Amino acid sequence: MPSVSTSANGLLQLQLTVNGKAVRAEVEPRTLLVELIRDILDLPGTHIGCDTSFCGACTVLLNGRSAKSCTLLAVQADGGELLTVEGLERDGKLHPVQQAFAENHGLQCGFCTPGMMISAVHLLEHEPKPSEQQIRKAIAGNCCRCTGYQNIFRSVAAAAGMMKG
Amino acid sequence: MADRSSTAPRREPELLPHQEPAVEKPARAPRNGWVGRPIERKEEQRHVRGRGKFIDDFKLPGMVHMCLVRSPYAHARITRVDVSEAEQHPGVICTLTGAEIAKLTTPYIEIGPDPSARIQDYCMAVDLARYQGEPVAAVIAISRGAAEDAAELVQVEYEPLTPVMSAEQALTDADVIHPAAGTNKVWQGTFEYGDVEQAFRDAATIVHIDRMHFHRFSSTPLENNAIIGHWDQRDENIRFWCNNSFPTIGIQLVAPALGVHIDRIRVETHDIGGSFGIKITNYPYMTLCALASRKAGGKPVKWTETRTEHMLASAHGNERTFLDTRVALDRDGVIIGIDSRHLDDCGAYPRYEPLGCVIWTQVFAGVYRFRNARINFSQAVTNKCPVGPNRGYSRMQQLWFLERCVDLCAHELGIAADEMRRRNYIRPEQFPYTTPNGCIYDSGNYPGMLKLAQERLGWEHWKKEQEKGRAEGRLIGLGIGTTLDSGTNNFGQSRIVNPHAPFSGNSQAANVKLDMYGEIVVSVGSVPQGQGHETTASQVVCDVLSVTPDMVTVRAGFDTERNVHTGHTGTYASQFAVSGLSAVHGAAQKLRKELLRLAAYALNAPEDQLELGIGKQGAEVRVRGTDRAINYWGLANIINVNNAGLPDELQDVTLNCRYTWRAPFKIPDLERKYGNLTLTYSSQLHIAVVEVDTDTGNPKILDYCAIDDCGVMINPRIVEGQVHGATAHGIGAALIENCAYDDSGNMVASTFSEYTPITSVNIPNVKYGNMETPSPHSYSGAKGMGEGGAAPVHAISAALQDALYPQGIYITESFNNGDSIFSMLAARRQGRSTAGVRTERRAK
Repeated sequence: MPSVSTSANGLLQLQLTVNGKAVRAEVEPRTLLVELIRDILDLPGTHIGCDTSFCGACTVLLNGRSAKSCTLLAVQADGGELLTVEGLERDGKLHPVQQAFAENHGLQCGFCTPGMMISAVHLLEHEPKPSEQQIRKAIAGNCCRCTGYQNIFRSVAAAAGMMKG
Repeated sequence: MADRSSTAPRREPELLPHQEPAVEKPARAPRNGWVGRPIERKEEQRHVRGRGKFIDDFKLPGMVHMCLVRSPYAHARITRVDVSEAEQHPGVICTLTGAEIAKLTTPYIEIGPDPSARIQDYCMAVDLARYQGEPVAAVIAISRGAAEDAAELVQVEYEPLTPVMSAEQALTDADVIHPAAGTNKVWQGTFEYGDVEQAFRDAATIVHIDRMHFHRFSSTPLENNAIIGHWDQRDENIRFWCNNSFPTIGIQLVAPALGVHIDRIRVETHDIGGSFGIKITNYPYMTLCALASRKAGGKPVKWTETRTEHMLASAHGNERTFLDTRVALDRDGVIIGIDSRHLDDCGAYPRYEPLGCVIWTQVFAGVYRFRNARINFSQAVTNKCPVGPNRGYSRMQQLWFLERCVDLCAHELGIAADEMRRRNYIRPEQFPYTTPNGCIYDSGNYPGMLKLAQERLGWEHWKKEQEKGRAEGRLIGLGIGTTLDSGTNNFGQSRIVNPHAPFSGNSQAANVKLDMYGEIVVSVGSVPQGQGHETTASQVVCDVLSVTPDMVTVRAGFDTERNVHTGHTGTYASQFAVSGLSAVHGAAQKLRKELLRLAAYALNAPEDQLELGIGKQGAEVRVRGTDRAINYWGLANIINVNNAGLPDELQDVTLNCRYTWRAPFKIPDLERKYGNLTLTYSSQLHIAVVEVDTDTGNPKILDYCAIDDCGVMINPRIVEGQVHGATAHGIGAALIENCAYDDSGNMVASTFSEYTPITSVNIPNVKYGNMETPSPHSYSGAKGMGEGGAAPVHAISAALQDALYPQGIYITESFNNGDSIFSMLAARRQGRSTAGVRTERRAK
């Protein structure tokens, strides 16, 4: 990881890859990763639902691992590769997880959905044929207050089927 | 299992002759259209792309941020607030204190009568802090960080007072929370129907239950409260971008508090990350944002609540205690009378209360036939977070109470759980059924639901497993919860708590128009938070105009300036399928009539030869059986931009059709507390199979079944989703989620890590089933649904009772987790009694 350089005004200068694009940003030392994503990079699909990293609305992939961006400092992402919900769709085509959530009514209000889908993407990248227990465990850190999780389980299983096919 | 439902109980409770229903029967919609299809929601496509528009995503030019300083005490006198240091902090624009608030605003209107009407509720504590987390000062700064830093510099001195932590304690008035009212009692009234004394004289058995308690919880929407307030100094108009879920009641409270005309307030909602009723009462924060904006020189002020603030100081559901309950039963176990005293704890300020003191009477009788009952109902303020109308608001407490009564009586009398319900249910042939307090249940089939649920669950299989398990010392229980979701409420019931309350009826508005190029655009006044109103409204319009959902744009969210609201408009009380969609249907029908009149002129053909459909050039009106047609662009063109020479008889055509639907309600009889309070009654029947770990007390759900009947389903996919969601809330509430306070008034579950909302690892797989008894009270046969009546709380309490009855344990709390069950098991092992339930058998 490159060392973080500091500008004259005390801000830290970061370089990272966000959804496949190289970006530079200046942040305060205390800036949270989720604040960098939402407020500075202007990617509001990543949400904030709690302040104790319980709910997972802020989940992103950082260097291929699912991470709660409300509990990381922005500077910890320096030099890293970040994937947010905005980066799931490629060339106008939804990611199978997005497709499956839409087709299976895997969401209601949509607030948990970005973080939930990122956790599902992370699962399916590591376990293409997850069991129900693996699906449950993979999204245990993502709270949904609308769906009762039933259609989320279906959506993740359906996405696994689509990715296999 | 032997079906004994055919053996009629000897002493059937007298049924009153049915009144003429106070509602007219609407014409039924056809059943072969878009309504009824499980189509994919329009909303999904933006949300899976992370393109929902939530308030915290909004960044307005010049926007600044507010952070609140909150009381750490549940009850304290505020002796000093010093903001001088905070105001010097870099980036701070201004501050607000309670003393200023008291000068700038008047207290909110109280819904209740004297003396609770004298309660002074401001958007910030003025001289007394009355719950932990109550705002005492605000800091407005150029960034959220600067506001948070400066808030730490605000110095507040408190003189702690005795916290009043239960309704029972409050009603002694030893410590009065609102000195202006002089009492902690908010409201008290007796609801008495039939001949209660005679029922108890006739009873073969009387079951006494000393105390039951329905706990505080919240459905805790994942998106916290969020508001941007802008007091525009150019025109003195106030604009809110917010996630309030009943903004028309919000502005009816905010406008008088601020002393401004209501037409100067504009409210917009966009996507809302869940509300479940909890966001109805965020209007004090709207008031604060407006005042902060004015003091900040007219800059928009954003306030986004943290989760801890939400847990402490947004709203919790009503907590209720049931005392000295007596249930009279005949020799067949049929309930013939109930007598009880109910105490409701509404927290520090009544706000939407005391409406909850009457709203439970929408389901006074639950799903049961008893005709004689007396409930003495009181509500008190306490030093806890104010309550708000949480999913199942006020009715679920009553339904749980009745379910516990029926269930405890079944055990005491040795009647099988399912048989007890069958003997007591309102029978399918009795609908429409008038309850003892004059509510008209539109339709239902409770025994049918029970049968379906038992089949879907595998009741017989689980009964055998239970028997086998008991032989091995395992504690397995099966529990039935039958419940109601009353929808489209009659605001006239507010007169029962305050005869002078200026509310009655119910209404919703909608607008359907052709825009200038012929686009079909629907605006509704509702405030959806995930219920799919864009989709269901489009389904209704498609059936009227013979188009497809992709051709219909439904404006998302609420905006006062769209002018499609009434004073009742919001999304609450399970009503959109009836009130909202009836408004959409009415507006679409008006447009259809205009389209036919206009096309008859344009095509020079009689209206009765015209039909609506889709042609080569999109939606059109054509002469049946010919290729003579005019598309919607052509029709919109004639009216909007090409109207020279339009004949006189078409001058009233606008193609911009607003319709206000009003529910056919009357004001209830206030003396008797009698009348129809809700238009539709969805019903739910859940069965839980629960095992209690004998060593730890931990409960585990082994199987779960949920049957729903909401009449005709507009979109079965959405209905099933709502059932899943309500089921999760109920299971969480029954076993995991508790807004508990300690004796000092500290809220002990002030973060999600302590409150632990239900997650993917503790939700069971839900066996879902559906029944359909169409409502005669709505044009489509649909009933409002979504709240779910807290069926899981009833079913899980009953399952735990079934598991633990042989241990001599009575389930009289709605919240039961491993800790509390372990305590009950330990008490029994030490030979201590756990609860006061006793059965008095009469020689009859």
